[in-house]
Amino acid sequence: MSKTIKILGTGCPKCQSMTGVVKDVISENNIDATIEKVEDIMEIMKYNVMSTPALVVDDVITIKGRVPSKEEVLALVK
Amino acid sequence: MFDWIQNSADWFVYDVLNLDKGQHLAEALNFFIYDTTKILILLFVVIFLMGIVNSYFPIDKVKSYLSRNKLYGLEYLMASLFGVVTPFCSCSSVPLFIGFVRGGIPLGVTFAFLITSPLVNEVAIGLFVGLFGIETTIIYVISGVLLGTVSGVILQQLKLERFLTPWVKEVLATAQRDQDTFIAEKQTLQQRLPIIWDEVLKILKGIIPYVIVGIAIGGLMHGYIPEGFFEQYMAKDNLFAVPIATILAVPMYSNASGILPVVQVLVVKGIPLGTAIAFMMGVVGLSLPEAMLLKKVMTLKLIAIFFAVVTLCIIISGYLFNFLL
Repeated sequence: MSKTIKILGTGCPKCQSMTGVVKDVISENNIDATIEKVEDIMEIMKYNVMSTPALVVDDVITIKGRVPSKEEVLALVK
Repeated sequence: MFDWIQNSADWFVYDVLNLDKGQHLAEALNFFIYDTTKILILLFVVIFLMGIVNSYFPIDKVKSYLSRNKLYGLEYLMASLFGVVTPFCSCSSVPLFIGFVRGGIPLGVTFAFLITSPLVNEVAIGLFVGLFGIETTIIYVISGVLLGTVSGVILQQLKLERFLTPWVKEVLATAQRDQDTFIAEKQTLQQRLPIIWDEVLKILKGIIPYVIVGIAIGGLMHGYIPEGFFEQYMAKDNLFAVPIATILAVPMYSNASGILPVVQVLVVKGIPLGTAIAFMMGVVGLSLPEAMLLKKVMTLKLIAIFFAVVTLCIIISGYLFNFLL
């Protein structure tokens, strides 16, 4: 089943590096998932997160406020 | 405690490079090696300790605490104290602001947190200990916390809700205090450490170039500017020094870690500590990029009031320091 991954962040350097990590993991492991970047602050606030970047997998907030390692992301999206 | 670093620096400069003691170049180089090593070690220690504290006090827990408890006026001080242990990233200030407002936390309390969080952060503390010693660092931290508290109280009195942007007013209208307690992730320290470690390295990597450049410039000035050089220009009784220093400082931010080492040398060369602290608070605590981000939740008028109140408090504390120290 295809997963929906959302990256919540207003475009700060940390958010960009999170996007990079997630994209790498998805393509390196041939995971069936769509990545969506949510940059609109009102959209972000619907998830009730207070520190960006945040990683949302299938509408569940998994990581907030830091850039995860590749292994961590892989474990979450598998 | 840091004798061994001084000894290593002496050994390297006077023995390995065979430079003469008292020579400008030798003194500047010695100062540079000593300062860089000492400050990087201290930064590492402070960032690491703060990382551990923060892992146990994440921002959601702070918000939940402030939102649930009636603190009878102490909430400003609490918010300010929480600001110390929370690492600040200017790009998180907007989500943080909304999160607080939504949790029914008064605007002034939110401001108290927003002021102290960047002002007294792990990088600033690490640099301060390295450059000015423990005593000055404690003074800085305490006055930073009080400054956040007092500014928060003042901003609350000004009833600024009407200057929020329309969508934030909507959030405010539906705000409610948290009913449920924050449930912490049950993780052992061992599970947390790799994550904390990772963060420490990332933060250090980001600031090391600035710190090194700052210390290099400081080192050059240290060797070439005579002691007490600035005393004639920036004496304690010069009433304009503090405001000018503060206002100059507000636009500088991204290179705060580079500016502090330079300021330290200026203090050694005769700039009064209060003036220097006011300058540093302006550099670390207020920044234009932050103001740009806050535009999403506040009208320009509110941002201007916010910055004006904080700047004023910084100037007052600068005078106080010059008077007391």
